[in-house]
Amino acid sequence: MQTLSYWQALNRALEAEMAADDAVIVLGEDVGLYGGTYRVTEGLYAKYGERRVLDTPISEGSFTGLGVGAAMAGLRPVVEIMTINFALLALDALINMAAKIPFMSGGQFSMPLTVRMPGGVAHQLAAQHSQRLEHTLMNVAGLRIVVPATPQDAYWQLRQAIRADDCVIVLEHELLNFDKGPVDETAKAPPPHRATVRRAGRDLTIVSYSRMANQALVAAEQLATEGIEAEVIDLRSLNPIDWDTCAASVRKTGHLLIAEEDSRFAGAGAEISAGLTERCFHSLHAAPMRVAALDLPNPYNKRLEQTCIPQPPDIVAAARALLRDGQ
Amino acid sequence: MERELHIRFLRDMLRARRMEERIAQEYTRGNIGGFLHLYPGEEAVAIGVLAAAEPGDYIVSTYREHVHALARGMPMRSIMAELFGKRDGCSRGLGGSMHLFDAERRFLGGYAIVGETYPVAIGAAYAVMLRGLPEAVICFFGDGAVNQGTFHESLNMAALWKLPVLFVCENNHYQIGTEIHRHSAVTEVYKRASAYNIPAARIDGMNVETVNRHTRDALARVRAGQGPQLLECETYRYRGHSMADPGSYRPAVEVAAYEADDPIAAEMRDLSLHYPDADTLHALGLDSSESLGRRYVENGHLDTAGLEALEADIRAEIEDAVAFALASPEPTLDDAWGALRPGLIHETLI
Repeated sequence: MQTLSYWQALNRALEAEMAADDAVIVLGEDVGLYGGTYRVTEGLYAKYGERRVLDTPISEGSFTGLGVGAAMAGLRPVVEIMTINFALLALDALINMAAKIPFMSGGQFSMPLTVRMPGGVAHQLAAQHSQRLEHTLMNVAGLRIVVPATPQDAYWQLRQAIRADDCVIVLEHELLNFDKGPVDETAKAPPPHRATVRRAGRDLTIVSYSRMANQALVAAEQLATEGIEAEVIDLRSLNPIDWDTCAASVRKTGHLLIAEEDSRFAGAGAEISAGLTERCFHSLHAAPMRVAALDLPNPYNKRLEQTCIPQPPDIVAAARALLRDGQ
Repeated sequence: MERELHIRFLRDMLRARRMEERIAQEYTRGNIGGFLHLYPGEEAVAIGVLAAAEPGDYIVSTYREHVHALARGMPMRSIMAELFGKRDGCSRGLGGSMHLFDAERRFLGGYAIVGETYPVAIGAAYAVMLRGLPEAVICFFGDGAVNQGTFHESLNMAALWKLPVLFVCENNHYQIGTEIHRHSAVTEVYKRASAYNIPAARIDGMNVETVNRHTRDALARVRAGQGPQLLECETYRYRGHSMADPGSYRPAVEVAAYEADDPIAAEMRDLSLHYPDADTLHALGLDSSESLGRRYVENGHLDTAGLEALEADIRAEIEDAVAFALASPEPTLDDAWGALRPGLIHETLI
């Protein structure tokens, strides 16, 4: 099987869907001639031309809204918001328009719009360029959110997002772009929002997503050397959440640890913790624990930046503490 | 201009005004809730513009959109039922007054956030351009909406990509309660279009024939591939911003002056009627159209039977729409879930 980096997998997904359907267009800042800030749209401009690969002005509010209007008129736009930080300027289009128009119209209009936005904490990009907005977007009924952690999922989930008739937000992670992994372009994809067990284990369940799911796997290998077998679940999706896969694991292990890169307060982990406690209360041997970022804007200083977001040793330490509490 | 067309404009404007007046009554009776923004005074814009639109065109409107929807051909029943929050409403009772949608008539919605209509419009226009169809998009907005960033962003993109969109400013001079000279450094909206090389004109939005003629010309240019156009229609709303707003910030003399220029009255003039002077008109009060109708007959320009038939048709249609709305069932929770993700039936999520 071929090995691709995450950005290449996204690129292949765009290529496949543009080839399959003339209604698919790509728009955003520097997606065309330049080939995309993270190279994700590389080659598409040459192949499909400036009308289907549209370089936009720096006008996030309106070009995301343009995607909404184009979706209502029959296109399947893929809007690239260069980084998630700029999505704040497009929240009206996303939350007031894309998420609500199908509903407000009584179901007359579907919203076949895909909005890609790389985000997360990268390398010392400071507070305004290190954002994670899952907490904001998860709370919006009408948006679907996928959070691929591997090149294979990036490929599958972007293709599925483009084919979906709902607005799907693809939360990419800037640090995953050059991660490599196997990508099978012919295998049948699992449903876009189904969670996956990345590592089986009996002692505790670590629920995570995006880059932090990969970090959880690193932590699980360390725990294994200590005789602790962690089951690592990669959610792959934050809305909807595959509760069944998570609950089955928690009922087996009796311990729930959540690892997220976003800030702890009112974050994704809070929802995961509440949802699984409601479902698995009698199976839990200890209160669920969350490993999350500090409730701070992300600092520029490298050491502080690393301190603010969870690292594999933090996940290891939390797992040990959780199991101690639960004995 | 053809007398028949004049009579059609007159009928459409009267129908629109009567509907809005009844809607105000139903709001007072508690049958309609939420924010309610009414259109009396501005009829010439919606009627004049949309009479020039083709069935394949897309319409994007604001929260003051009942008359746009009506003029687009949406059944009054479906509009009224939506305002009543009922299942047979155009948006299944889930949208309400500010969110009328009709996919079949390409009415892409009423939007409640000021400045949202531009991006939706250029998006639809982009889809039209990509397919190379002779369709156009008509984008309504108010004078208060031109200070949103989306106005500039979207006009720029529309001009940059020569999108087939007609921007129609309904300049009623008030951003809720703030008069235009207090909200805009440049009060002639059409001048702003020159910043993006978009052809633009300021026209009398109280005269339906003028509005219609300019719209036809502008849409012809749009369909000919000449890119976006902008029309600023100077108009006036007789009521406050919404039912929650008495509109008392406006000088009585100003309201009276615009009422004297009532678009329905203008139609009467074009039909060679003797029309009352401003004082007489003012004395007639806001609900001037009935009195005008009587005068219309008194002066012998239409026989009683003709006017009565017109009025009776409108009354009957409104009664029918209200009865329909009252009788329509409430939407269910299943309707609401179904509307949230209308495309979901084809897909397994988890």
